[in-house]
Order: sequence, then structure tokens, then C-alpha cells
Amino acid sequence: MNAPADLSLANVSRRRFIQGLSLSGLVLAVGYPSASRGQEKKKYGADGMPNGWVDNPLAFVSIAPDGTVTIVCHRSEMGQGIRTGMPMIVADELEADWKRVKIEQAPGDEKKFGNQDTDGSRSTRHFFEPMRRCGAAARMMLEAAAADRWKVPVSEVEAKNHEVIHKPSGRKLGYGALAQAAASQSVPARDTLRLKDPKQFRYIGKGQLKLVDGRDIATGKAKYGIDTRLDGMLYAVVARPPVYGGKVASFDPAEALKVPGVERVVEIEGSSAPPMFNPVGGVAVLARNTYAAIQGRRALKITWDDGPNSSYDSTTYKASLEESARKPGKVVRNDGDFDAAVTKAAKRHQAEYYVPHLAHATMEPMSATARIVNGKVEVWGGFQSPQGTRDNVAKRLGVSADDVTVHVTLLGGGFGRRSKPDFALEAASLSKAMDGKPVKVTWTREDDLHNSYYHTVSVEHLEAAVDAQGKPVAWLHRSVAPTIISTFNAEAKNEAPFELGMGVINVPFAIPNIRIENPEATAHTRIGWFRSVSNIPHGFAVQSFIAELATAAGRDPKDYLLEVIGPPRQVSPEMLGDTWNHGESPERYPVDTGRLRRVIETAAREAGWGRKLPKGRGLGIAGHYSFVSYIAAAVEVAVDDKGTLTVPRVDMAVDCGPTVNPDRVRSQMEGACIMGLSLATLSEISFKSGRVEQDNFNAYEVLRMPAAPRVIRVHIIPGNDYSKPMGGVGEPGVPPIAPALCNAIFAATGKRIRQLPIRDQLKA
Amino acid sequence: MIRLEINGKRQDVDLPGETPLLWTLRDEIGLTGTKFGCGMALCGACTVHLDGQAVRSCITPISAAANKKVVTIEGLGTDAVGRALQAAWVDVGVPQCGYCQAGQIMSAAALLRRTPKPTDAQIDEAMSGNICRCGTYTRIRSAVKQAAAKQGGAQ
Repeated sequence: MNAPADLSLANVSRRRFIQGLSLSGLVLAVGYPSASRGQEKKKYGADGMPNGWVDNPLAFVSIAPDGTVTIVCHRSEMGQGIRTGMPMIVADELEADWKRVKIEQAPGDEKKFGNQDTDGSRSTRHFFEPMRRCGAAARMMLEAAAADRWKVPVSEVEAKNHEVIHKPSGRKLGYGALAQAAASQSVPARDTLRLKDPKQFRYIGKGQLKLVDGRDIATGKAKYGIDTRLDGMLYAVVARPPVYGGKVASFDPAEALKVPGVERVVEIEGSSAPPMFNPVGGVAVLARNTYAAIQGRRALKITWDDGPNSSYDSTTYKASLEESARKPGKVVRNDGDFDAAVTKAAKRHQAEYYVPHLAHATMEPMSATARIVNGKVEVWGGFQSPQGTRDNVAKRLGVSADDVTVHVTLLGGGFGRRSKPDFALEAASLSKAMDGKPVKVTWTREDDLHNSYYHTVSVEHLEAAVDAQGKPVAWLHRSVAPTIISTFNAEAKNEAPFELGMGVINVPFAIPNIRIENPEATAHTRIGWFRSVSNIPHGFAVQSFIAELATAAGRDPKDYLLEVIGPPRQVSPEMLGDTWNHGESPERYPVDTGRLRRVIETAAREAGWGRKLPKGRGLGIAGHYSFVSYIAAAVEVAVDDKGTLTVPRVDMAVDCGPTVNPDRVRSQMEGACIMGLSLATLSEISFKSGRVEQDNFNAYEVLRMPAAPRVIRVHIIPGNDYSKPMGGVGEPGVPPIAPALCNAIFAATGKRIRQLPIRDQLKA
Repeated sequence: MIRLEINGKRQDVDLPGETPLLWTLRDEIGLTGTKFGCGMALCGACTVHLDGQAVRSCITPISAAANKKVVTIEGLGTDAVGRALQAAWVDVGVPQCGYCQAGQIMSAAALLRRTPKPTDAQIDEAMSGNICRCGTYTRIRSAVKQAAAKQGGAQ
């Protein structure tokens, strides 16, 4: 098929995309003119990211005379275990003894370290090779230094477990003793590096190392952004417009200033649409502690101008999305002839699925601290995009990025929210207003839920025509949802290639007639990346609908799903109209239906698919390809007479290619399962009169321990071949959970859930 | 001036009596291991012990903590149950982002002191006030059981 010209915006990273938008505005939203395509060779993977990768050991490795090896982690730790995984790669190639390794967190500096955008489930697959080369180069420098010292050929020496050995004589020198001499060796050229045979890996793929921050976390010593403390620091909270796009009409600080501990009240400038990463504006109260600031904010008198979004209402908006979904929209993929196939088909089915806005609700609310001394700005916080934070702070304050240092703490959860540094810009603006004095901005939970960059809201309309055996011969999917692009271009109304490429356009199904449409939707709030992004609604709809078709055909849902996927084969994403492919090369990363089939078969087998279950119990299955990984989930549910849902067990099968830290692959799947169950059963952000209706965890509910499955079993498809491409891990576990759960509920009760969250839909 | 005893150390603070213990610990005393998550006793991130009972410090005014023994995550290691839990947390690899885990461990410590051999249902019940957004619940259960077993309360 031919991809329409405006689907050519391939392989854009979030930041490059945004940089592009700020330069050329509207042009990108309607696509590059086709004439300009093909002039520049497309770059994939880490090569395609802003500032790419760096494999210079001098940037990442230092060795002290006492032998302590310090390895820099340049990606942000938000629970995925990257501060353990990334240095582990370096240490393994370096032949360093992990007990003598220390980890140092890099500040935002992509020129020095390469891309630091910790999102898109990319860290390991983009930096496995550069980090191996870092370690190998440092090891070879140590070996060269030892050979010099002993005046022997370098071929006679070998680095092993923190020392270099002269093989013929058995002489040994520790890394500490060699550190200084090694540092003055030249860095070996990339094509001369001797990488380890993966059979010799000591740490990679083994999963025996404990988390580097585990002990500090368990003893309360771990430092998050919100824990930053500087001498003379003021604590700030901000009253923000209750409606996105609103602004302060007038305010009276008098009562706030009377609150004991309150020192100043400062207005923060907002910005006009599009929101970008700018603060929404408002009035800040600065005090001697956070509580005084919160009390001061309560005492503020503010009149708001609500602006253009004051009638945003989730109930009426849902109806408008449904209306759009029932009419033809922009065709984004068109294989065969859907209409002709429908007229000849035996039967026709259709269904619509709804997923509401969601908020990330990281356990650490947004917080950042800023200080300005002699024109040098320092910012502390948990940022997924340290360099992006640096660039945006510089722009906000009108200084050079060279004068901004961004210190990255641990992130108390990220899930995409901390890719947006609006909270850091607030801190920087307030410090500037206070003549550079250190200011920490803390968001309350209410602030967090009311001022997120929300997961989109969507209606997915699916139609299928089936033959006499119930097999689909024609497939129509209309996806309607406000796009993340609207956050950077207020006019954008269609899903971008990167959103369509998340499980709506790139379905690798053995169906001859496929039409994918994307009617327009207008955003009325800030739409942003949320863990797994558009894969959530797309995966929910597609995997639910296939199960519905299986039921209509009287077939086993797992067998039917495999039949729809078809035989094992490698499909070019471009053939599916997906020009994005999660930023990866279509040759190196084709859509592999064999791998998709295998995870589905594995999850089914491990869950005991087909076993007899008592009344009120059911098994459901779903498989989804995202972030160039393949994940399937088999969920077992129990629904009692009153409609109370429990999930005794979940089996997840994951094929993410070769793994660095299998225990963290497991923990990410376990966490994805819980987050998937949260959004499927409980969570919803809704708007009324432009205002978010949920204030705190009493109304924006997330899963708690009693509702968590008793058992989550994670089955990793063995991946010991490190020449094979790696896939993402942080995000792709989420999408199959909601459909597998709802398919299980159907199996248990005969009730089909098409609208999330389930909440009390099962109640008798 | 309100007199507090935190992790065995006397602390006099000059703050209004209604100031929550949470912000007093974090902003005035500098013990940042106790976390802010919701401010309404809905998430458990701020859990500390007050005379051995688990309380949410975000809604506990310092006037109510005066002359009582406050133990925070920083002081939990002086206690055998606390040490066993902290070791189990590391061994099982419970934390993901880790932000909620201080509160989780404080709730678990109060549980094990009260109920040395908790059943699954008792663990779920005692921990239901502590939210983990990363979803570490199944590992928390394992770690609580491991710590209980190490304390001689194996189930």
C-alpha cells in the first residue's frame, strides 16, 4: 500500500520533533512536503536521537588509586533499574569487580554523554553497544598501561576481575595501581576494540546483582527531587488556573502574607497555546516550609479568567468522539477493498471501545529546586529529559544553556510525566524573581492531578466482515483521539505517525482488506505521553474485538487470535503503513508474527489455557507488539455473585530480544501488569466545566495491594544471542493487560466490557 | 515550642501546633526519608511510628506527637524487625522507583510487631493504605513473608 504523504514524519524523537515544530510550526503537522523526503538518509535507533550516542570511556569511566571504579549513568532512574543495568554493561566489559563499582548520575549534558531522553523504552537497546564499547576501551587502556609497565607485548596481558595479569609470568597489577597510567593512554579506535564473547559475560544477562539503590531506598537515604535541601531555600506552592488556558485576572496576596512562615507571593507568567513545556502560570506562595506555603495558598484571593476551554466536559466530549468515529475519516492505511469485501461477506460485526484520560500520578508529585548564582543557574529534580530541561530553563530565563546545570536525582516515578519540565521552569522563574535565592517548588497531589499532560481520551470504532467460517475478510478501525502533537501545535487534530504506529496502523493481520481511518479530534487540555501511550487504547480495542469475533464464530479465542495473526513471517512495518516503527530500522526490526505467536502460545501454555475452571472463573488472553517487543498476557479472573472482581493469577510472556538484567525485565512486567489493571479497573480523569473532577487518590483511584494478583508469572523468551536486536521493556507490558482482563471477564461472566475503567460495571 | 522525640533524639521545634509531622520532619528537621504523596492519609507514603503505631504523618499535627516516641524510616534499623524488613526488601528486589517504599516498610514493621506470622489476607489488609504506583505489590508480600520467616514467624 502507499502511505499518504503526511505520514512521512518518521523516526522523530520527542525532542527533535518539538524542536522542529518550534521552528516550522504548522508545516510539520501536515507533514514534510514529499519533495523534501529522501534527501537525507533516515537515521534509526540511537543514531536518530538528538545528540545520538557517545562511547568515550573518558566521559563514563574513572578509576581511583584505591581501585574504586566510578561509572556514570546518563539515563534517568525512575524504577526501571537503569542505574544498575547501564553501569553493569560497562563493568562487565571492563572486567570490573561490581563490589568496587560506584555509580554517579550524569547532569544534563548530551554533548558529553549522548541522548538522555529517558522515554520510549529505549535506554538499553540504544546504549547496550556504546556502553560495551566504553567498558572494552577502558579495559584495553588498563591492559596497555600494564604492558607498558612490565615492558611486555600487550598480547601477553589480560584484564580479569579488577586486575591485569601478565599471562606468562603470572604477575598482577590492580586497576587502582594502573589507573593513572591508563588514563594517559590514548582511547583505542572503535574498530580496534576487542569486545567480550558474550559467553564470558559476568553480569550481563545473569540477573544476580542487587539494585544499586536498593539499600538506600530501604533505609530512607535515597534522594528524590522533592528531597532537595539547600541553605536559605524557600518552599513554594503555586495556585494554578483551574482550567487549562485560563489565567489570573486579579489577585490579592494580603491574607496569604499574614500566614505564619509565608515570606512572599509571586505571580508566575503563563503562556499562550500551544502549551509546550511551559508553566501554566498562576500565583506562587513562598514560605519557610511547605506547610506554610500550602496554608498561604489557601488564603490567596484570586479571580481567574477561565479562557477558551471552560466548557470542556468529558461526557459531551465522549459523545462527540463517538459521532466522529461513526463517520468516515482520514484514511491512513488501505489494503484491498474494505467496502467491496463487506458486500460479499457472510456477516458483519462492529464494536466501539472507550478509554478515558489518565494521569500518571507518580508517587512523588512534581518538584524541582532552582538557584541562580552569578548568572549560573542550577536546577535539581527528577527529570526524564535532563538536556530538554536544561534547554527549556535556559530559554525561559533568557540565558545560554551553557550557564544552566541540571542535576538529576532519583525520580519518584516517571511514566512520561517527567519528560515535561514545566515544574522545573516554575522553580527557575521563582528563583529569578527572588534574585537567585534557592526555591523548591512542590506540587500537591491535587496540583498533580489537575495539571498533568494527560493520556489522551479515545473512541476506537471497529468493524469486521467475516466469511462463512467466521474468519475476518475485512477490517475497519477508526481511531479518534486528541493527539499529543496538539501540545506543540494547537491546530493539530489527527493522530501523528508515532501514535498510529502504536498498534492501530501496524496490525500484522492475515486479513486481505484492511482500512484504518483517523477522524479529527480537538484537544482541550494538555495531552502527553503516558507509559505505553496510544498502545493502551489501540491494544485494548484490537485485542478485545478479535476476542469478540472469536466468540461470534464459536471459536477458541487463543486459536482464533493466532489465525488472525497468520503464519510466522516477517512483515515490513512500511508495508503496514507504519513509517515510524518506534524509531527503529524496518530492516533490523521488522514486525515478526512468529515472535508474536510465540509469546501468545507461551502465555497460554503457562496459564494452562483450556483447563476446566469453576463457575465465575475465566481466562483471557491478549498479545501486543510495541516498543519493538512482543508481549502476551493471560489473565485469570474470578467474579462472584455480587460482581466483585479478583485476579488470582496473571501469566505474561515477553520477547524483548536479548536481556541485560532479567530480574528487572520481570519487575517491569509485574509493574506493567499492576498499572494495566489499575487503568482497566479504576482510573479515570474526567473534566467538567474545564476542570478536572478528581482531586486526590480517593477519586483518582489506583490499584492497592488487596486487588493485586496473588501471582504474576513472567516468562521471558530466552534471549542469549546478543547479536539480535533488543526491544523495549518499560512500556510494552501495559497494553495487553486490559484486553486480556476483559476477555477473561467475558469468559467468566458473558459480559463484554467496552468502556474503561470497569469500576462497578460488573456489579449485580 | 513543641518538644518531639524522633528516633530517640529530642527535637524542639518552633512551629504552630497544627503543622503536620510530615513537613516538620522533612522541611524543619531534615529527615526526608518520610515522603509526601497525598496530604490526606490516602497513600501511606508518609507512614511513621508514633509510640509504635503506624500513623500517617501528613495528617498528624505535631501537637499530637508531642512527648511521644516518633520513629521514621531513618530510625527503623535500630529494631530487629525493621532490619529484617530492610534486608528482605533489598534481597527480594522490591523497589522500582522506591519512593513509596519507606512508607511500605513502616507499615510492614507495624504489622509484624503486632502479628509476627501474618497470613496473606492480613498482609493485604495491613498494607492496603500504602499505594505503589510502580506496582511492586507481589514482591512486597514476598518480602514481608521473608522477613517474618527470618524473625521466626514463618508461615
